[in-house]
Amino acid sequence: MINLPILPILIPLAAAIVLIFLSKSVSAQRIVSVIASTATVISAIIVMAKVKSDGIQTVDMGSWPAPFGITLVSDMLSILLVLTASVITLCVVLYSFRSIGSGRENFYYYPIVQFLLLGVNGSFTTGDIFNLFVFFEIMLMSSYVLIVIGGTKIQLRESIKYILVNVISSAIFVIAVGFLYSVTGSLNMAHISVRISEIGSEPIITVLAVLFLIVFGLKGAIFPLYFWLPGSYAAPPAPILALFGSLLTKVGIYAILRTYTLFFYHDQPFTHDILSMLALLTIVAGVIGALAYRDVKQILIYNIIIAVGILLFGIATMTEESIAGTVFYLIHDMIIKAGLFLLGGIMIYIAGTSNLNKMGGLIRQYPSLGWTFLLASFALAGIPPLSGFTGKLLIVRSGFAESEYVGSIIVLLSSLAVLYSVINLFMAVFWKTPETPLPDVKKRTGLLFVPAAALVVLSVLYGVGTEAVYPYVMQAVDALIQPEIYIDAVLKE
Amino acid sequence: MKTNDVIFQTVAKVVFFMIIFFAVRIFFAGHYYPGGGFVGGLLTSGAIVLLLLAFDMKTVKKGLPIDFKCLIGLGLLFGAGTAAGSLLFNVPFFTHAYDYFQLPLFGKTSLHTAMLFDLGVYFVVIGVTMTIIQTIGESE
Amino acid sequence: MEILMCMIAGLLFAAAVYLMLSKSLLRIIIGTGLLSHGTHLMLLTMGGLKTGTVPVLGENAAAYTDPIPQALILTAIVISFGVTAVFLVIAYRAYQELGTDNMDQLRGTESDD
Repeated sequence: MINLPILPILIPLAAAIVLIFLSKSVSAQRIVSVIASTATVISAIIVMAKVKSDGIQTVDMGSWPAPFGITLVSDMLSILLVLTASVITLCVVLYSFRSIGSGRENFYYYPIVQFLLLGVNGSFTTGDIFNLFVFFEIMLMSSYVLIVIGGTKIQLRESIKYILVNVISSAIFVIAVGFLYSVTGSLNMAHISVRISEIGSEPIITVLAVLFLIVFGLKGAIFPLYFWLPGSYAAPPAPILALFGSLLTKVGIYAILRTYTLFFYHDQPFTHDILSMLALLTIVAGVIGALAYRDVKQILIYNIIIAVGILLFGIATMTEESIAGTVFYLIHDMIIKAGLFLLGGIMIYIAGTSNLNKMGGLIRQYPSLGWTFLLASFALAGIPPLSGFTGKLLIVRSGFAESEYVGSIIVLLSSLAVLYSVINLFMAVFWKTPETPLPDVKKRTGLLFVPAAALVVLSVLYGVGTEAVYPYVMQAVDALIQPEIYIDAVLKE
Repeated sequence: MKTNDVIFQTVAKVVFFMIIFFAVRIFFAGHYYPGGGFVGGLLTSGAIVLLLLAFDMKTVKKGLPIDFKCLIGLGLLFGAGTAAGSLLFNVPFFTHAYDYFQLPLFGKTSLHTAMLFDLGVYFVVIGVTMTIIQTIGESE
Repeated sequence: MEILMCMIAGLLFAAAVYLMLSKSLLRIIIGTGLLSHGTHLMLLTMGGLKTGTVPVLGENAAAYTDPIPQALILTAIVISFGVTAVFLVIAYRAYQELGTDNMDQLRGTESDD
């Protein structure tokens, strides 16, 4: 079947349409959501197997040949990220049953989640720069709804800032695409890459690189542009926060990874030095926030920013090893962030607050939750053999090999800071004696715990089974390091 | 505030149909000439807004018992369904099929699957604009 | 002509920035509208102006306008239409719930509920 790569995009769309009609019945919505999310995961696995055996898969939409029409491209990187995003969405949907509340369920929560997945999967898959903008907008539009759904005061207040920031970044995105089109005369990403390598390192290309960095940096929350993230992400409830934290910023990172390996690799001394500097500043800013706050949500949110910095540093180093590390770490971070936010949501649900000073002593009544959280914390900090380790090791090792000593040391030190911040969280929530003794009645958290724990288990498996994942990741890295593979597959030369 | 706007109401009833027919005309012009689902949809919702201005929301709801949110879903169904039809024939997604037909009354007409997609756009635009206007208007 | 269009787009951007820096929520939304107008004008200019006829490849293929920027603008217009609508509705709800449209009073990151 030649339309295979479209399935992970089409299934969420079809599900969302069906869910709009089912808005009256919550239980029907739940069933359709679960079936659709599972089907998306399965289709992603099928596409991945196909990509593994036959190489990069492309679909020329509307039968228009490659540089003229819109092309969807499933290379290994895309489909790995699509699979991860679909698995996370499945877990979040399962988690939402008990936590999101009927008010939100009746107001199109499930269709919007499917639309978000559609936007995210589309952004990962598309091979057309303007189509990337369109999928970004689908994703953002869903996120506007998700951030405000439920309509509490803090959500309304934060959503205004969030929308404003994203409207501005979308405008810059369109302008950047316009510039790129006027310079290269194409919108197909593979074709643009060919044209840019014909032009060489003209100053205008560097300007474009920085323009795109601003756009994707605003979505991906890199150093001077992350200011909107902590406030906005703290507003919505845990499952939505998990979706945002694990998917939205990572789409920005994916876009930077794609454009900086496919388009803007000609003027590396300038562009990639900026990237590296910003990456380190991002890490420092994230670490300051993660250590300063005494709030479950804020500590985890600042950990997103630290991870963004580490990923950017991997992209900036731009060797085969560092890109492999980035891909490893990207997938790890998506899974573990979703897991941590879901676990954090359970903790907030039990304690009734997200303020660390008012929490404590949960380990007595909820031991499994506590130990799972500790395991997830270790994975986040990158303690071997858990999943964060491989990615960080590769990034740091390639950093040292490229004599980026300062950067590599900062990445290493950031792991300590991450470990300190999450262990601090663990101690405060689970270990410390609470100020007010906990009520004896244990809250039921079984159905909340299962999807969160599933993500943590997945992360552990991903860490332990690194050997099994390695060939897949290396296939993704090959297409990134050698743009010719990607270009040949798309333009079919 | 109750004003006597009998002239407005009478004119609105007539103009409503004129706008609707013009919208349909624009919609079908869409493939070769300026027009299409988006403009047609906006015009149609403009006509409904005119009714909303002339009468109140309750009357219009009685006259047009449509759930506009479902209309969005219906439109998306048309759009996605047309595109997904290419899955059945194993041609790339969104592939466009068309032919010329000898229809009674119209003569030689070209029919496209793109028109079905445009119909989806038409429904989505009506659904979206009317939902927005109703949401803001209802709370007054 | 291109220079003139660029200047107009710049003017729109300037107006948009001015409006977006004001305190009233409604002015900010009008600012985002102007911003997207400026963007669309910029996009149109990018494709080159006055290169002949309509954006359709006819029999005299020497003269035609590049259709891509126009298709892009159409898409971008629809998207900005949707975003502006969402923004307006959310701003209206926020005004109802929070009782203010002054950005000064929407500051802060503390959770209040």
